[in-house]
Amino acid sequence: MIEVNEILQTMQMIREQHFDIRTITMGISLLNCKKNTDRETAEAVYEKVTSKAKNLVRVGCELESELGVPIVNKRISVTPVSMISGNDPLPIAIALDKAAQEVGVNFIGGFGALMHKGSTRAEEILLEAMPEVFAKTERLCGSVNVGSTRSGINMDAVRKMGHVIKKTAELTADTDGFGCAKIVVFCNAVEDNPFMAGAFHGVGEPEVVVNVGVSGPGVVERALKEVRGETFDVVAETIKRTAFKITRVGELVAQEAAARLGVPFGIVDLSLAPTPARGDSVAYILSEMGLEMTGAPGTTAALAMLNDMVKKGGVMASSHVGGLSGAFIPVSEDIGMIEAAAAGCLRLEKMEAMTCVCSVGLDMIAIPGDTSANTIAGIIADEAAIGMVNNKTTAVRVIPAPGKKAGDTVNFGGLFGFAPIMEVNGYKNDAFIQRGGRIPAPLHSLRN
Amino acid sequence: MQKALVSVTGKDKPGIIAKVSTALFEMNVNVLEISQTILDGYFTMLMIVDVTNADAPIADVAVRLNEVGEELGEVINIQRTDVFDAMHRI
Repeated sequence: MIEVNEILQTMQMIREQHFDIRTITMGISLLNCKKNTDRETAEAVYEKVTSKAKNLVRVGCELESELGVPIVNKRISVTPVSMISGNDPLPIAIALDKAAQEVGVNFIGGFGALMHKGSTRAEEILLEAMPEVFAKTERLCGSVNVGSTRSGINMDAVRKMGHVIKKTAELTADTDGFGCAKIVVFCNAVEDNPFMAGAFHGVGEPEVVVNVGVSGPGVVERALKEVRGETFDVVAETIKRTAFKITRVGELVAQEAAARLGVPFGIVDLSLAPTPARGDSVAYILSEMGLEMTGAPGTTAALAMLNDMVKKGGVMASSHVGGLSGAFIPVSEDIGMIEAAAAGCLRLEKMEAMTCVCSVGLDMIAIPGDTSANTIAGIIADEAAIGMVNNKTTAVRVIPAPGKKAGDTVNFGGLFGFAPIMEVNGYKNDAFIQRGGRIPAPLHSLRN
Repeated sequence: MQKALVSVTGKDKPGIIAKVSTALFEMNVNVLEISQTILDGYFTMLMIVDVTNADAPIADVAVRLNEVGEELGEVINIQRTDVFDAMHRI
């Protein structure tokens, strides 16, 4: 029998500490949707997505009401569109956007390409189309993989993504470049990530699958309040126990959702994903460990431990753990990160160091509108190098907000939050980025 | 057996158990256990109930309990106990 104090603890997690299931994401393969023309492909894509995901939102809402745990987002990821598109990917993009609206999901991810070793003609065309697509669609997200530990970094793709981000910002200038919030540039992208904007349905995945992303930085912060002044051994153990409990609920939701939808269960992603709400912040966990603000010396060590303990606690709680699984450190989506950036305590270079030990990379960072495409490409190359050498996923999601300069603020609203514009090193790198070609895979890629 | 937790939060007053139990009885929901506590300064009653033979799905039971809650001036929720089992039992 469950004890009263256990019931109360769970109720407090949900009511006060913002514990929720962040997303149920249905992955859908589009590989059989390729037809003779892009227009026919678009029709097939719309049909498939709306039929496979027709019950997704209803099942999510049912589970939320029965289990009493908020399930914040229901989303869809699809095969990278460049694998089924031809000369004009726009109709497919619009079909995906419409399908998302039809089934009632707020985002659908997968308008992207895997270009870590080179590009196909379709991928080149898709990259060209990206700015227009993200300006014209509402719910569509996309990602491009430009590097991997196994294959090195495709510096041509890195250069092009600098331009894609720059142009997307210009085309969505009326919303401070919000289009860029829907584009992620990856190194070592994972095929089963349920979180947006970087979710896509990898080619190694089944026809349809359900992946679940949990969350709960507020729960971890609260647990750490109980062990103030204790050693790191105690802190580590506390995070592990909390991550275990959170993930067990994620596993329950994932198994039930998969059974009700009649599709295989994929993975639970253990990530601590913050929101701009007070008490739902990863940065506040670092503060609770003893740092005045995120960015203070010690931040990287604190984050490294948090990230590792979240995994160690969570991995025992789920039959299949995957996705990105760690601690996210987006700026605009985390009130503690916003405060640290606004105070000047957290700078881009420190964030880069933090991405060596967090689960992903430079995320939701607003930068000055006059940042050049090559400078953005340089930021991408640096992140990709960290991912490639450390055998981890890294990503860049930056928003060069048109007309804004360092110190200004942009507001994206809702879960995307708001952010101070962070200063970017303005020294030139044009000759470096113009070289093109590939950075070869590191020695430790040769593991066979 | 499908168990659920009914939680009633608000001010303590006469008739809470009577009204909630009556509503549950009318939907053929069996009360297994009741306890009361103070959570963050609020009166909180927790009932473990058996909804296996309930006349309606949990979502509908929740709607009825909400109505009772409004009459009483209390917040009443129902959720399956699976969440607590998952979190606290291996």
